[in-house]
Amino acid sequence: MTDPISVSGLTKRYGHTQALDGLDLSVRAGEVHGFLGPNGAGKSTTIRILLGLHRADSGAVEVLGRDPWRDAVALHRRLAYVPGDVVLWPTLTGGETIDLLGRLRGGLDQRRRDELLKRFELDPTKKGRAYSKGNRQKVALVAALAADVQLLLLDEPTSGLDPLMEEVFREAVAEARNAGRTVLLSSHVLAEVEALCDRVSIIRAGRTVESGTLAELRHLTRTSVTAELDRPVDLAALPGVHNLAVEGDRLHCEVDTAQLTPVLARLAAAGVRSLVSRPPTLEELFLRHYGDELPGPELVTA
Amino acid sequence: MTELDTARREQEATPDAGTQPERAGTGWAPLLRLALRRDRIMLPAWIYGIVLTVVSTASSYQRLYPTEADRAKVAASASTGALRAITGPAFDLTTVGGLTAWRVAGLASVLAGLMSLLLVVRHTRAEEEAGRTELVGAAAVGRYAVPVAGFLVAVLANVSIALLTAAALAALGLPVAGSLALGLAIGAAGLVFGAIALVTAQVASVARAASGTAGALLGLAYLLRAVGDSGASWLSWLSPIGWSQQVRAFSGERWWVFLLPVLLTAGLLVAAALLLPLRDAGAGLRPQRPGPPVADRRLAGPVALAWRLHRGALLGWTAGYLIVGGAVGAVASDVGDLLGDGAQAKQLIDKLGGGADVVSTYLSLIVGLLGLVAAAYAVQAVLRARTEETEQRAEPVLAGAVRRLRWGGGHVLVAALGSAWLLLVAGAALGLVHAWRTGDAGQIGRLIGATMAQVPAVWVLGTLAAALVGAVPRLVAAAWAVLAVCLLLGQVGQLLSLPDWVLDASPFQHAGDAPVHTPQAVPLLVLLAVAAALAAVGAVGLRRRDIG
Repeated sequence: MTDPISVSGLTKRYGHTQALDGLDLSVRAGEVHGFLGPNGAGKSTTIRILLGLHRADSGAVEVLGRDPWRDAVALHRRLAYVPGDVVLWPTLTGGETIDLLGRLRGGLDQRRRDELLKRFELDPTKKGRAYSKGNRQKVALVAALAADVQLLLLDEPTSGLDPLMEEVFREAVAEARNAGRTVLLSSHVLAEVEALCDRVSIIRAGRTVESGTLAELRHLTRTSVTAELDRPVDLAALPGVHNLAVEGDRLHCEVDTAQLTPVLARLAAAGVRSLVSRPPTLEELFLRHYGDELPGPELVTA
Repeated sequence: MTELDTARREQEATPDAGTQPERAGTGWAPLLRLALRRDRIMLPAWIYGIVLTVVSTASSYQRLYPTEADRAKVAASASTGALRAITGPAFDLTTVGGLTAWRVAGLASVLAGLMSLLLVVRHTRAEEEAGRTELVGAAAVGRYAVPVAGFLVAVLANVSIALLTAAALAALGLPVAGSLALGLAIGAAGLVFGAIALVTAQVASVARAASGTAGALLGLAYLLRAVGDSGASWLSWLSPIGWSQQVRAFSGERWWVFLLPVLLTAGLLVAAALLLPLRDAGAGLRPQRPGPPVADRRLAGPVALAWRLHRGALLGWTAGYLIVGGAVGAVASDVGDLLGDGAQAKQLIDKLGGGADVVSTYLSLIVGLLGLVAAAYAVQAVLRARTEETEQRAEPVLAGAVRRLRWGGGHVLVAALGSAWLLLVAGAALGLVHAWRTGDAGQIGRLIGATMAQVPAVWVLGTLAAALVGAVPRLVAAAWAVLAVCLLLGQVGQLLSLPDWVLDASPFQHAGDAPVHTPQAVPLLVLLAVAAALAAVGAVGLRRRDIG
């Protein structure tokens, strides 16, 4: 079975802006895939192309084995989408909107709809213009999560939700995965990504800079090492050592995870009194890719 | 919690806040500049269009009726006719200025009122609805800054219209006092409707309803004046449009009449200022009622959604068309009695439209106007699709199993059937009342046929808007420009003695002049073919482009 989403070499230009510049993305069946990148990296553009709303300039795109531009209608029966900025019809109630969006897709699971309304504590009798941002988001979430579909495309779906509702959202996504659905989750909430996602792709300036499981990504980045030593030691000459700082017998540095063994051997030889070694946090992982410095090619995985 | 709530609590915490109006209005200046920058194309277009309507009329009267004897003939017929219902009361028609004021004071006042109410709602409630006011309201901006800036845009526009009109008419050699009075009369009517819109913007529950209510009041003012000018003249004094004419520009100006719009505007501004603190940002005074928790079985597709979005407005339009049709039907037979079949009356009617008997000519003028206004309905209904798209409500629909053509087609379908329905309603009301007045049942079918003959031309305008939405969405506003050109060609094209090929550019030129002559099948079929071609252009464009 092919991947539910498979994208390679995707490009899209709007006027003078190169929104996507050779983006690759593959999402496997049944996984929750985190889709990360700084603002303006091209996440929403990618999702619009996956929905067939925008047309790719070049590159290969397949969603559930079909071309989203040509087969949008048939495809949309099998997926549901939550935009990052939900705009509702001011004169339709939340309940009407949920039903309408469900029917446009070919039907809703009534029982699930009512259950989700309760869990998200959403009043379905309010008119669209009366909802706050978080509640507008809930309307779209209920409509998407109550749909009987194979694939969920969620574009920053929790913006505006309070922490309690974020928890409800996480449970609902976990249930969707358990039910065999595939989820593409674009998000800035790192705790959410860490808690939910099996694999992540990080994009920047319209390109994929990293893709893999969180463990794989960590492996590809630096571990921070702080040690108290008996004798001073010079690590600067070793490959893969960065930001080295020595204060008397205390030493701090960051080490490319692949180069950890020779560094630890050198430290051990100098006599270790204490050692703290910490894998990179997701924040550090992000900041490396969101910051100005683009990673070298050795960090980009296939 | 809204920004306004926060601001209110802060104000309550400061005891003297209420006595410092300048604080509540703080920040209007940058907002005004922002508004002018956003409207840098639309605003000059409105001003230029209205001034041009007045000035071109004056200059064509100068050419058509150069001597006082020429004008006396016109005066003899117009001063007695119920033609005044369309144009306005006739005062001194022996001068070019007097003729001009008679012909355009009402029309230009309506246009200035329409411009003002659209401007005010656009810069107040519509901004609130888009959420941009909150962004602004959180800055160092007083509670009244947004309405103050919004109303000042209308003030600037109307002052420009008044002064430019006065200057241009004086430059044509018309008396300065009369030129100034006509210019100010048009600007004053504009201001009144700007102030009315500022009040409806506080009361209505959404921006669309705010401009709709203000627009309905504008229509009512025009109707009051029309009824008043064809008989019960006291009714004209209840209408701000009537005031513009009662100023009597070029006919012994009555400057005191300007007190009426000034006082009404001041009163409306006070009312708006008192109403504003009573409501929350983004909400009107009319409270929200809860709605159904589940959708009706029928709300199940893009066409049903389009109908749901359009039905409220169409209901209002239907009521308007019913009233106008009935009112015109009630006065139509009197036009003949009052005008008589005198040669002078015929000559005047010839200048305005041309045709056989006076009543039929009058009716064909009205039918043409009904067609133009129905085209405005069709254009705005089609452009609703574009609004849905830019406001990102098209995306969730098209992310469903919905073909793009069904989504866009839903709006076009409502526009096409809705505009035809309006013409049918107006034709039926017109025909029934006219038949009852004349005792000739044949009028019903004849007048329904006459209004329905406008449908193909209306559809050309509607499908032009559809072609723009599909193929060149950046230029959708051009549909309004084309409609305005059609209006000008129809209203003043013949007065300006424009060449035929220019007049023929308007589809309404080919709709015929029923009920004067029976509608001809061939030109109507050609118009339908043009509409079909335009719709096809829109369909192809919509399938190819990015959405949103």
